[in-house]
Amino acid sequence: MSLKALDYETLNENVKNCQYAVRGELYLRASELQKEGKKIIFTNVGNPHALGQKPLTFPRQVVALCQAPFLLDNPNVGMIFPADAIARAKHYLSLTSGGLGAYSDSRGLPGVRKEVAEFIQRRDGYPSDPELIFLTDGASKGVMQILNCIIRNQKDGVILVPVPQYPLYSATISLLGGTLVPYYLEETDNWGLDVNNLRQSVAQARSQGITVRAMVIINPGNPTGQCLSEANLREILKFCCDERLVLLGDEVYQQNIYQDERPFISSKKVLMDMGAPLSKEVQLISFHTVSKGYWGECGQRGGYFEMTNIPPRTVEEIYKVASIALSPNVSAQIFMGLMVSPPKPGDISYDQFVRESKGILESLRRRARIMTDGFNSCKNVVCNFTEGAMYSFPQIKLPPKAIQAAKQAGKVPDVFYCLKLLEATGISTVPGSGFGQKEGVFHLRTTILPAEEEMPEIMESFKKFNDEFMSQYGDNFGYSRM
Amino acid sequence: MRRFVIGEAKNLIDQTRRRPRPHHNNIRLLSLLASDPIPVSSSRFFSDMTGSDSSSSLPVTLDSINPNVLKCEYAVRGEIVNIAQKLQDDLKINKDAYPFDEIIYCNIGNPQSLSQQPITFFREVLALCSHTALLDRDETHALFSADSIARAWKILDQIPGKATGAYSHSQGIKGLRDAIAAGIEARDGFPADPNDIFMTDGASPGVHMMMQLLISSEKDGILCPIPQYPLYSASIALHGGSLVPYYLDEASGWGLEISELKKQLEDAKSKGITVRALAVINPGNPTGQVLSEENQRDIVDFCKKEGLVLLADEVYQENVYVPDKKFHSFKKVARSMGYGEKDISLVSFQSISKGYYGECGKRGGYMEVTGFTSDVREQIYKVASVNLCSNISGQILASLVMSPPKPGDESYESYIAEKEGILSSMARRAKTLEEALNKLEGITCNRAEGAMYLFPCINLPKKAIAAAEAAKTAPDTFYCKRLLNATGIVVVPGSGFRQVPGTWHFRCTILPQEDKIPAIVNRLTEFHKSFMDEFRD
Repeated sequence: MSLKALDYETLNENVKNCQYAVRGELYLRASELQKEGKKIIFTNVGNPHALGQKPLTFPRQVVALCQAPFLLDNPNVGMIFPADAIARAKHYLSLTSGGLGAYSDSRGLPGVRKEVAEFIQRRDGYPSDPELIFLTDGASKGVMQILNCIIRNQKDGVILVPVPQYPLYSATISLLGGTLVPYYLEETDNWGLDVNNLRQSVAQARSQGITVRAMVIINPGNPTGQCLSEANLREILKFCCDERLVLLGDEVYQQNIYQDERPFISSKKVLMDMGAPLSKEVQLISFHTVSKGYWGECGQRGGYFEMTNIPPRTVEEIYKVASIALSPNVSAQIFMGLMVSPPKPGDISYDQFVRESKGILESLRRRARIMTDGFNSCKNVVCNFTEGAMYSFPQIKLPPKAIQAAKQAGKVPDVFYCLKLLEATGISTVPGSGFGQKEGVFHLRTTILPAEEEMPEIMESFKKFNDEFMSQYGDNFGYSRM
Repeated sequence: MRRFVIGEAKNLIDQTRRRPRPHHNNIRLLSLLASDPIPVSSSRFFSDMTGSDSSSSLPVTLDSINPNVLKCEYAVRGEIVNIAQKLQDDLKINKDAYPFDEIIYCNIGNPQSLSQQPITFFREVLALCSHTALLDRDETHALFSADSIARAWKILDQIPGKATGAYSHSQGIKGLRDAIAAGIEARDGFPADPNDIFMTDGASPGVHMMMQLLISSEKDGILCPIPQYPLYSASIALHGGSLVPYYLDEASGWGLEISELKKQLEDAKSKGITVRALAVINPGNPTGQVLSEENQRDIVDFCKKEGLVLLADEVYQENVYVPDKKFHSFKKVARSMGYGEKDISLVSFQSISKGYYGECGKRGGYMEVTGFTSDVREQIYKVASVNLCSNISGQILASLVMSPPKPGDESYESYIAEKEGILSSMARRAKTLEEALNKLEGITCNRAEGAMYLFPCINLPKKAIAAAEAAKTAPDTFYCKRLLNATGIVVVPGSGFRQVPGTWHFRCTILPQEDKIPAIVNRLTEFHKSFMDEFRD
């Protein structure tokens, strides 16, 4: 009788404990319904191109030429590719040691890392060292690599993570057998954070023999969208210095800013502005990607992290782990190079590039508004404005009957609501429980990415469903139809 | 200026490792456990150090990072390569300081970095998929073959919205998996299910995923061949498991003996290790042997009997250079023995990095997962979903590799010429280098039946071993460093792959350009002679 080789019981517990709602129950149900022929609007993940956003033309031209360098030898290539795309393709190919098909340096092509460093310097006004910049297959891989270095066990290498958070953090900490200490963002204060609460959490942890070693900030926030002010960032950096925490700055949405009061400021800039001793002591790792912004090139899997004040021998160890994966994919490295050094005024492709980029950003800004206002027009829904990133995270006030019904169905209340929303309207969201929220408070996350022309209809569809849901489960006094 | 609400002090210690429950539904992610003690027994790893050193000023230092990271090693891009890179930089400014004028990297299977050309048809399709606007232009027909245009359309039709920049399904685009499954069936004669395919950024992430699933503690062991490609040892170390070695027999062409497997399995059991899987690399890396079908049948039976998952690393399946051997996939072997889903758990890895396509930098590959219950497969899917998906360009390439041009297609002739050109050149280079190495004093080298490497055995004289010890270096590393400094040739010491204790090897790729091989042989021969002159007993 043959033994079971790998069954559910013997699977690594860490794997079983890990949850990633973004592609969890709701998404799987939506995919099932789609197979049955139902029209689904996937707003579960920040995946702009899947909802009709067009790729920027210039980078695609450059990468197409890099994919097929023999085109560059063809005398007719100038007929369908502009001269600056051709020049740029030649430039990036010269940075490789054998084109897109050769493993690069495990940290990424030195030439591209130099361009990233130059970008950071222009953005922040402080020098950046290419040797401390590692390119990765998406920012997620970088986050996983860094968390893997920090987490030693359940009690040591513990990570402070915002709630609500993008569940890459909780899922990865689970997988690595670590521990997550949440710090709650305050919804009524525009998702602000209170450093005093943070301090208490860390003190409590320490008193139980737990070593907290890192703090994650997502700026602009996901799913919450808030943009941190400079004062906030200063407070956070000082806190990390006092508590000896490395700050993990997830800044992948830095191009997605929809208000003018709080433009994006990088954690690195603020740290450097604060001067010595903090600028020399606080450890910081900053993450960026080609998946978001106005580029939305999710499928390329391109990202980087920049290390500040990490000792050289530790950097070597991080390099060693990167080398086991040999190298990040080279096409995405070129996308990254293009993102950090886009067409300049005077370049042939400049006008088109600006037109396309502005078009996308301005539309996102409008859609952020449409969606926030749409949600807020429902009596039982409160929605903070999407200041940045790509999501709307409305709070849905569920009546007791709904919560009862959810319990009877064996579902968490917001999952219950989102499943009903999906089945009624085809809108596939992610329940707030997938991101963490305060006890008894329910949200859902949707993206602001559906095409602008379709937004009004989508919001109407949502409102209709919500009205019907509240009719069915409401107490008929507090939640009248609009 | 933001106002901060001073909330109540909350005791917010969360544990993402909860006590085991029968269902892992999508319950509320973070539970607040105010005063529950932290379960200590289920910790996977205890550090020797008692948490952070409160007197150290930085939170993340060598002393505080994950010890598993410190433990793991990966020699393919290790010490020797670092030295080589420094030499290369220095060569640019101090040309005359060295007895060679270029560094030749023979340490890594990276064909296109050594001037191997990509397959034209594949790159045509990729370029069209990269910039789909090309397909709307008339001029495109003058620049691209008709069948590459047709294939690009076919692929784009399989991608929702033709959006190659969107995250795909976490297992990879369905239509591409269909093509891969069809390719597997054409190769093996047995059906493959696209739902069994998980596409990954190269084969390596797939290996990591399986190690993650299989390893819960150092009590979980994985049987690995010695010598092995150090992804396995590194991955096992990173995941906190135990590597259980089984030695390949150099004297019989790196043969794999079932008796050796049994012996190592029993040995591990007696040490309290639960062996969970058997990793087999076929064709072998660094050893290059291609297993016989009979051998493979014995291995399949062994895994079935002992309840082990068979991890079949088959990334070199298209690299076979000898007429008396042929690649057979473990899936084919198992199915032809009448073993189905309920009989054997098998994970087969394939990559676009090797073969004749050599697309290392694109990072494409897949694992075909068969013989697991659906609840285990859901977990595999879940882990894959955290990273969302593998890069689309690599996915497209993987589907092209598994369903290349067919006779009658416009590009078929040129495709076949390119493919055969590359493979026959590899076979020639393998032979030339093998013969050259066997001529050297004290060196014996098994033939490279497949893969991309030669792994000669050097019988180092006692004086050399003593000199190595004095230099605090492993003897094979000592030899390799000397080789590098004298010739600019970069190889990887055998200790990076592990070997029978007391034996010394190095791994050298067969990939330098064919016209450079004679010069390499000369330099190597000259160096070896002077090394032996210096250290001969």
